[in-house]
Amino acid sequence: MIEVTVNGTLRRAEAEPRLLLSDFLRHTLGLTGTHVGCEHGVCGACTVRLDGKAVRSCLLFAVQADGLEVETVEGLAWGPLQEAFRRNHALQCGFCTAGMLITATDLLARGTSSRREIEEALSGNLCRCTGYTPIVDAIAEVAGS
Amino acid sequence: MKPAAFRYERPETVEEAAALLAEHGDEAKVLAGGQSLVPLLNFRLLRPAVLVDVNRVAGLDRIEGERVGATVRQSDFAGVPLAAEALPSVGHLVTRNRGTVGGSIAHADPSAELPLCLLVLGGSVVTSKGRELPADDFFRSHFTTALEPDELVVETVWPGGGSVAFEEVAQRHGDFALSLAACSVRVVDGTVTEARLGVGAVTDRPRLLELGLEGAPASEETAREAGARAAAAVDPPANLHASPAYLRHLTGVLVERVLARAFA
Amino acid sequence: MSWVGQPLERIEDEALLRGRGRFMDDLDPVPNTKHAAIVRSQLPHARIVQLDVSAALASPGVVGVLTGAEVAALSRPFPAGADSPVPYYAAANEVARYAGEPLAVVVAESRYLAEDAAELVAADYEPLEPEELEAHDRSFSYGEVEDAFAAAALVVSERFSVPRWSCTPVECYGVIADWQGDSLTAWSNFQGPFSLHGVAASALGLTGTKLRLITPPDSGGSFGIKAAVYTYVVLLGLASRRLGVPVRWTEDRLEHLAASAHATGRVTGVEAAFAADGELLGLRYDAIEDVGAYIRAPEPATLYRMHGSLSGAYRVRNVAARNRVVLTNRCPTGLNRGFGGPQLYFALERTMAIAARRLGIDPAELARRNLVTEFPHRTPSGGLYDSGEYGACLDAALELVGYAERRAEQAAGRAIGIGLACIVEPSISNMGYITLAQTAEERAAGLPKSGNAEGCTISISPAGGITVHLSTTPQGQGHRTVAAQIVADRLGVEPGEVEVLSELDTSTSAWTIGSGNYSSRFAGVGAGVIAAAADRLAAKIGEIRAHLGGELSLRRVAGSAHWNPESLPPGMEPGLHATAYFAAPSLDPPDGDDRVASSASHGFLVDVAVVEVDRDTGQVRILDYVSVHDAGRLLNPLIVDGQIRGGFAHGAGAALFERIVYDEDGTLLTGTFMDYVCPTAPDLPRMTIGHRETPAPFALGAKGLGEGNTMSAPVAVANAVADALELDGVELPLTPARVWELMQA
Repeated sequence: MIEVTVNGTLRRAEAEPRLLLSDFLRHTLGLTGTHVGCEHGVCGACTVRLDGKAVRSCLLFAVQADGLEVETVEGLAWGPLQEAFRRNHALQCGFCTAGMLITATDLLARGTSSRREIEEALSGNLCRCTGYTPIVDAIAEVAGS
Repeated sequence: MKPAAFRYERPETVEEAAALLAEHGDEAKVLAGGQSLVPLLNFRLLRPAVLVDVNRVAGLDRIEGERVGATVRQSDFAGVPLAAEALPSVGHLVTRNRGTVGGSIAHADPSAELPLCLLVLGGSVVTSKGRELPADDFFRSHFTTALEPDELVVETVWPGGGSVAFEEVAQRHGDFALSLAACSVRVVDGTVTEARLGVGAVTDRPRLLELGLEGAPASEETAREAGARAAAAVDPPANLHASPAYLRHLTGVLVERVLARAFA
Repeated sequence: MSWVGQPLERIEDEALLRGRGRFMDDLDPVPNTKHAAIVRSQLPHARIVQLDVSAALASPGVVGVLTGAEVAALSRPFPAGADSPVPYYAAANEVARYAGEPLAVVVAESRYLAEDAAELVAADYEPLEPEELEAHDRSFSYGEVEDAFAAAALVVSERFSVPRWSCTPVECYGVIADWQGDSLTAWSNFQGPFSLHGVAASALGLTGTKLRLITPPDSGGSFGIKAAVYTYVVLLGLASRRLGVPVRWTEDRLEHLAASAHATGRVTGVEAAFAADGELLGLRYDAIEDVGAYIRAPEPATLYRMHGSLSGAYRVRNVAARNRVVLTNRCPTGLNRGFGGPQLYFALERTMAIAARRLGIDPAELARRNLVTEFPHRTPSGGLYDSGEYGACLDAALELVGYAERRAEQAAGRAIGIGLACIVEPSISNMGYITLAQTAEERAAGLPKSGNAEGCTISISPAGGITVHLSTTPQGQGHRTVAAQIVADRLGVEPGEVEVLSELDTSTSAWTIGSGNYSSRFAGVGAGVIAAAADRLAAKIGEIRAHLGGELSLRRVAGSAHWNPESLPPGMEPGLHATAYFAAPSLDPPDGDDRVASSASHGFLVDVAVVEVDRDTGQVRILDYVSVHDAGRLLNPLIVDGQIRGGFAHGAGAALFERIVYDEDGTLLTGTFMDYVCPTAPDLPRMTIGHRETPAPFALGAKGLGEGNTMSAPVAVANAVADALELDGVELPLTPARVWELMQA
């Protein structure tokens, strides 16, 4: 039995040790906004925030989050970042988007702003639809404002 | 791909962690950042019966001067100029939030950046048994260190270097390096008085290369010659993306570049 | 003011940004669904002497196991576009022909438990030698090819190799299968073409309505690859049938890289005859296509999709082609973005660049001398280029990239390379083109296939709510937004008032064999049928308004149509509901001389790449990449640019990073995302896009797009690197190591 605060709400559920945090969020808690693309930490689709830092949920076990705070895409407040994504057509199929938003949120919280820094920060998030330019544009707009 | 089942232990002290390793021997694996280990578990390439999660072991996440606790996150690792140069190439922003300094050292991937930096700076590894091992003794071969089965890394020690430089070429930003080079030199009146230079990826572990730099002028010419000597000194195995000839050549180029920058 | 043509923000976005997308693995439509893990061949070619499932059956939480032998007993081989020397089933039975081929399906209470049990299935292999089987060999000749070569001042004779790659969408395959009685209901992120629904039904022995296939509201990218998931619909369907439970399977990335669908690897010998002034007189192709372990429908379509465009963008009248297909011990191939275009254009546009060097003519000038100038243009192999201004497009691209300035920089000694690609981008595939794999006599003996059609339904509810039901299975291309724009224009409402559903259900949708999302058909056929259905409704609404008098709101009209049918014009059906079907024009079956209009519309793009090569490390840096793109009328410029950037990203990936690698025995060496290298944000340059519009002569005048830059980027970059290094033998991908090796040679 573990207790994890997810998007501000305390959740209590059974989790065997090997249950990945990505599967716990998606299937035990029904929060399907976090996606699974590779289960080896390369594509970044599964990125969530753990105690305020962006991490790969496919490389964490749910039991490791016991007593900690997790934020998923469903918990992000709607704001300038999402507006910028929509305005810049920074998503097409939407499957990588949750990971992009979480990584961008982490990045913006550090006060980073140059295009190069944004690109490097996103180097762990694979997108096969957009060619990245609109995503970087969207984040740069928010960073610059 | 889902991992095979394991028993999960989360010790709160180093002693508990060491005791678990002693009890289970090679049936146990230490889980720190997990960025290298968990993919192997998910692939079922590794199936430890016991996973020892050290992320909440007290006292391992502090930096005190040159001493960096084993579970300090890569993203929190600051204060060491050579490492600071290398860190942007260590995985990605998100993997550095979780990956640890100690974990990278203990994993001993020959292509990894932090082990090479520790070696070049003449650093050392402190273990749960109180041993302090110089980096050159700690790294044995691919993914193989001097750690005993019931021993874990507690902290790493990063001495200050001289004039430092780091270079890497990878297919993509953050990928495993095709080749990498790092150096720490001291130059007095245009002459090299001390030089530590190492390479990784093309060797079985990060390796210092003896390139006859002491006493040479700190010039581009010296850097170029050293690069040529370095290329001759390594024997890279082929990999999926590159031939040995290319990797040999690339190593020479990177050695020349780090020296040229450190001399300047 | 028209909504079509506006860069409207997408209606799809809000839900996706909030994490409320509904992708295949998010769905849970059937209670008590169990989980499958697939046991796969560890060897690339082996006899399966025995498969022992006893330990798996005894493993915790296991419901049962479906074996390859049972698959053979319960299903028929998949039909394909050409006769295959080996039958293809959803799982291997006696012989495994590629590493990763399914051998059995384990079903359990969870994926974790299913994988535990799958490991316990013991396969007794007798390894077999690696095998290459010739499976198809057809030759075509148009015009007077011999004469053309006899008259040539220069013959370029080269061999080009394009490796396998994969578009690797971030979302993998997913299937939920529920066999009840004598029929199967399956959910899957299948992308069409729905001709493959028939192939799956045939394998399962199901006719008529007995295979109900449903697609989810959202799909995480496909780029062609999710056409081939139909084989897994069959496999999981059989598991459900055999074990009597609903079964779900979500493919993982290792499975995807080994056993979904790769783009074909092709070796093409090209001979090109040129006059001294650079006129391209004749072309001969000799293509050997690696389709993997089986010819899986719709293959050998990768070879035939571009058939009408064998002459590319050029006026040349004399073209010959030999198409050969070999089976190898590798993953079966299938649709991947570009679908035959990258392979064809790498050969053709490299040939043009090489010829330019040898003739001493600037490559842009050589292209200009040969570009098609009059439209409509019928190619020697039967392609119908409906419209275009190719020369103007070339001019615009050269201007945009500053070609003259770049050449001047080169002349002044700057070590850069400039590469050009002129690409006719076909869209909307003729569903009959695959019959070219048969001879004219064989075709005459069978049923002809032609055209590309689509269906669409629009209903207006009693309260005036508008719902559009598409059969175009989008995976991020914004079909719902564009549909709303079209309907808003035709019905005089705002796009926000139009509800668009994108799930396809073969039991309830208006669909046909051409339905789905492939060959960039949406802008032509998809938009065309939406407009047709909307026009049908608009006409009816107009009649009702005329009959009832006054400027009635749509809500009032709907109210009358539903609540007061007696008030309608005599003989008019009540309700407000229209289903239309629309077919792209000019897509006849192949004729007796093996000519075929393989695609209904043709866009045109000219790409210019400017690169710098680091002589020390071999790293290629793209300094500038320009694409001037004529896709006819742009339905939504925001979405259009997104498709162009995405197509370029895939093409640039193939140019610089991506290659599926097998060793000589058939062992896959690029089995994870650590080894199969996809570009990320720092790896791709920002491309500059220019637009020109010569409308297509049908539907809304929009030509399909999204694949063109995947066809162009690999060869544009290769041409640029060849230009920088002043050599010919450039091969993909142009990784640092490969470029450095080229420089040493």
